[in-house]
Amino acid sequence: MNSRPKVAFYWCASCGGCEEAVVDLAEKILDVVNLVDIIFWPVAMDFKVSDVEALPHGAITASFINGGVRLSEHEKVVKLLRQKSKLVVAYGACACWGGIPGLANIYRLEEVLERAYVTTSTTVNPERVMPSQSGWVEVDGARIEVPKLLPSLKPLDEVIDVDYYVPGCPPTPEVTWNAIQVLLSGKLPAKGSVIGASSRSLCDECPLNKTKPENVLIKEFKRVVDFVPKPDECLLVQGLPCLGPVTRGGCGALCINANMPCTGCFGPLDDIHDYGGKAISFLGSILDLEDEEQIRREISKLPDLAGLVYKYTLAKSSLKNLLRSERK
Amino acid sequence: MSDNNYEPRIVVFACNWCTYAAVDLAGTSRMQYPPNVRVIRVMCSGRIDPQFVLTAFKQGADGVIVAGCHPPSDCHYISGNIKALRRYTLFRRLLDELGIEKERFRLEWISASEANKWVKVVNEMVEDLKRLGPIKIEVGVV
Repeated sequence: MNSRPKVAFYWCASCGGCEEAVVDLAEKILDVVNLVDIIFWPVAMDFKVSDVEALPHGAITASFINGGVRLSEHEKVVKLLRQKSKLVVAYGACACWGGIPGLANIYRLEEVLERAYVTTSTTVNPERVMPSQSGWVEVDGARIEVPKLLPSLKPLDEVIDVDYYVPGCPPTPEVTWNAIQVLLSGKLPAKGSVIGASSRSLCDECPLNKTKPENVLIKEFKRVVDFVPKPDECLLVQGLPCLGPVTRGGCGALCINANMPCTGCFGPLDDIHDYGGKAISFLGSILDLEDEEQIRREISKLPDLAGLVYKYTLAKSSLKNLLRSERK
Repeated sequence: MSDNNYEPRIVVFACNWCTYAAVDLAGTSRMQYPPNVRVIRVMCSGRIDPQFVLTAFKQGADGVIVAGCHPPSDCHYISGNIKALRRYTLFRRLLDELGIEKERFRLEWISASEANKWVKVVNEMVEDLKRLGPIKIEVGVV
């Protein structure tokens, strides 16, 4: 039993979807469990951080970490897992590039707290009770240590060294299974590789690709709330800002098959260094208008442009250190 | 915010046929303007990927200018400037949403004969950026 590779799972700032994705392996998870020993998995098993601390350095074969680093606790545990692991895999969009929680980096810490604990319409908090930022709270005379919220969310590789990346929000069972097989094969790809997914764009595997003309040109941007798109024509041609051309494939075009445009959860292709910049570039090039006023009017139909083009990658963007969360 | 010694760094992407010729004309005409600009010549404003501009900011530019031939019809390649117009109209909106001051990015149309306009644009931008101060105040640096 002790000769089997040890594997750890951990979640940081994430929704839990990546944990579901592991369970979504369905009966294949039994194969995984036969091949490895899971020695840490807070969401599913009762091991403690102290159990990990007791292991010798390098004892864990691979740690799969999902979510971005937003709490002092995340920082502490991922540093510990790095120390104890031969390989660290950033699992899912949040660990790879910050994901949706990374969009909060547009705002300062105080603004995030104010929004989450006071001004959301579903919140009633007249006394403005906020999470302790001192690291300690008093409950019935006892002092309890609580994690602190960090000023911004960091993708995993800005906190620890990461060996491989598995993309997706969440990674699909196929992608997860492919990644596990790559790791178990013993033939490891170059450090820093994205594993389990395709190296070509989503358009390449999209069932609607044959209806995409050489040059896509549209006169207006539409949103999915505006109309029901035809299921048999390229969504870009129909005016939806589908991010397939700049997004890594491997998901099996799940959203497209549900008549929804790609939002980019598999992240940038290998030769793109700023996902949002490239998305802006291609969205600009398909908009077939010549008058600045008209262009501006069309663009104004896209609310939350930053959320559209950087939905999963803002915390990894070129401007990450210039966002308000990082500026005085 | 900024002290008197602060000199902003401005990266300019200028198209070969119009704006770069105007920059050249300003030089040969011995026009005076602030030395805060670093001009990068590209063949066409339609070639300037927003990733280039983002990289300039990432590497410490306080401001970026993208400049090309006047639309609609001055472009040497027929419609490169129109493509730049679409991209950078989107891009400006993105910067705004990300909280980057609008003065830090300019899209300008400067023809080969408009050396005066070039000098005016640089003067205005240097003045704006000196007022705003550096794009990033490093923690611990006063």
